[in-house]
Amino acid sequence: MIFSREFRVRTVAASILVATLGVMALAGCQGGGKAVLKVGEYGSMTGGQANFGISTHEGIQQAVDEQNAAGGIAGIPVEVTKYDDQSKAEEAQTAVQKLVNQDGVISVLGEVASSNSLAGGPVCQRAGVPMISPSSTNERVTKVGDFIFRVCFIDPFQGNVMAKFARENLKLSNVAILKDLKSDYSVGLTDVFAKSFAAAGGKIAVIQTFSKDDQDFRAQLTSIKATNPDGIFIPAYYTEVGLIARQAREQGITAPLFGTDGWESSKLTEIGGKALDGCYFSTHQSMDNPDPLVQNFVKGYEAKWGKKPDALAALGYDSAKLLMSCLTELAKQDPEGFKALQGNATPVNRDARKAAQKKLRDLIAATKDFAGVTGKISLDADRNAVKSAVVLKIKDSAFSFATSIQP
Amino acid sequence: MDAHLQTFIQQLLNGVVWGSIYALIALGYTMVYGILRLINFAHGDVYMFGAFMGYYAARLFHVDQRPGVMGTILVFACSMAAAGLLGFLIERGAYRELRKGSRTVAYMIIGTAIFAAFNGAALHLAGGAAVLFGAAGFVAGGIGGVFLERNKRHAPSTSRLTALITAIGVSLLMENGGLLVFGADPKFFPQILPSRELNLGGIMVNSSLLIVLGVALFLMFALRFLVMHTRAGKAMRAVSFNRDAASLMGIPTDHIISLTFVGGSMLAAAAGILVGLANPKIDPLMGIMPGLKAFVAAVLGGIGNIPGAVLGGLIMGISETLVVAYVSSTYRDAIAFALLILILLVRPAGLLGTHVAEKV
Repeated sequence: MIFSREFRVRTVAASILVATLGVMALAGCQGGGKAVLKVGEYGSMTGGQANFGISTHEGIQQAVDEQNAAGGIAGIPVEVTKYDDQSKAEEAQTAVQKLVNQDGVISVLGEVASSNSLAGGPVCQRAGVPMISPSSTNERVTKVGDFIFRVCFIDPFQGNVMAKFARENLKLSNVAILKDLKSDYSVGLTDVFAKSFAAAGGKIAVIQTFSKDDQDFRAQLTSIKATNPDGIFIPAYYTEVGLIARQAREQGITAPLFGTDGWESSKLTEIGGKALDGCYFSTHQSMDNPDPLVQNFVKGYEAKWGKKPDALAALGYDSAKLLMSCLTELAKQDPEGFKALQGNATPVNRDARKAAQKKLRDLIAATKDFAGVTGKISLDADRNAVKSAVVLKIKDSAFSFATSIQP
Repeated sequence: MDAHLQTFIQQLLNGVVWGSIYALIALGYTMVYGILRLINFAHGDVYMFGAFMGYYAARLFHVDQRPGVMGTILVFACSMAAAGLLGFLIERGAYRELRKGSRTVAYMIIGTAIFAAFNGAALHLAGGAAVLFGAAGFVAGGIGGVFLERNKRHAPSTSRLTALITAIGVSLLMENGGLLVFGADPKFFPQILPSRELNLGGIMVNSSLLIVLGVALFLMFALRFLVMHTRAGKAMRAVSFNRDAASLMGIPTDHIISLTFVGGSMLAAAAGILVGLANPKIDPLMGIMPGLKAFVAAVLGGIGNIPGAVLGGLIMGISETLVVAYVSSTYRDAIAFALLILILLVRPAGLLGTHVAEKV
């Protein structure tokens, strides 16, 4: 009896599944003739990095809506197809496969987390679909292949930026480093910073370590204090940084702390409070930057989403803008190819579409001085963005623009 | 003062503060073990629960906006009462049933825990679905329990192994329940006491660290007084010595065991708030590591021995800090277990424990 009921349940479930798939397939076929430019996006809408994914998506959507309101690209509207990868690499791969094979998108935008971009990248590369990551900073992401780009700088660059900033702006000469042993991000930045700071004539007093999820940093800070540094570089994420700042001030360490974009979160000051006053970190863009390009973006974003944008939204916006500007260029240079990119892929236009995607890739690769919200973007031979970084200062739990550092 | 010496003393102080927190948790382990010969693995999670109750109490009574001594005492009282109640319920609901020979509740808990763990690990279900899933585990475990009880073909159900596995089940249940109820992202314990830095001859001390130390010492002495100089304490010692004989002498053993759980849980809750004062990050899985280390501390001092737990906790805290300070932070967790292996090889009964021959 029990088995037969289970069997019945299974049969019903299987029929529903089959029916759903059938309907989806039909729906897919019907879209064939419509003249739209289909762009894919994958990101974390749920899970641990949901905040990142949602911000990025809002930035992308804003860019696309602005373009469509202005008549689309050569009269053709752009449509974003989005899948949630639940902050998981396996899901990211599945999502990109769906975008590329099932939806037949022209190009893919995503992801924020480097490990997810590394899962999605190879799928795009094999299919010859250009992919632009808005904010994956790990070096390996674009090494996947020549169809993978990004509009953000890479990890080592921030190490150079902060070394330059510490030496030239803060005039520090003796700096201690506190790094997270378990994070590639932290270890990588420490190496670059140490090298570049030493090359600029500074001295590294001591390098102390901790492990992600530690709560008590007093032992390390006591040892750091004994070397009497005039600044402490902490390339880590906001939770640990907040705790470290409090404990450092408890021990009577008054030297400024400074770090990288892992600090950027409202949680940082919620934990660290006053202890972080007078500290600095580098990031992609400040929304206080008086540049009209930035301020227009902020105004548009606030009107659309009812909140202040963050750097990830700005990078999402730039990735979509860059892609659309290259599509516009393609429409001018190769109207036939542009036509093949419209609507869905059919057996007839498959080769023309492939060729057009290749041309689109070449156009993206040739990007030079593209005026993005997050700075002037040029892509180098490794398809990484070469652009400026900004340094923010923390005061009374607020971040304010301190300076902008050129590559 | 010599700079190196100054640094060393500062490190020692850092270690003593953590050590006193380990000691408070270790006391709960050792009390329960002394009386039931049960390692209550859920104890670390009671500590987590205490920290969260303190967090919510502080927000409920707005102590976070008006830090002060009265508010802090209120937060301690609420959290310790809630954790005491939880300790009582755990003992009443799981371990007592088990002692009386019924395994149904134990199966229910283990069933729920397994389902909850699966849910947490693999499925990422949203709130309502997760509750349903946990309830399914509960029912499945219960049905299994009743079914097995009916066919009493297995060993006598007072086995210590069953109790131990149930304790792990309770622990998993609380961790995953915590993820569900409190949410997975860390919370930040509000500043409920105004704090400032004190300079003691070149050694910088935050007043909250001194409060951690003071409260911990006060609670340890209060416990000592309870156990050594009150009737309940005498009964506790009697039950620990020989439960059957104590029961024959008219001591209500069940009540005394409940009291032990309540007391131990209250100490753990206090430790949770003290950690919140010193290191304000709390999350539902925060009890796992300190729980394990406090267990090691209890074994180190001699499990079942109250001064031993305090000594073990302090040794653990100090050795951890010194390892981080002078060797590498990588070995922070390793040192605890290295100490455990060492003590088990050299002096299995623990530093202050007495060896009791097992009757075979």
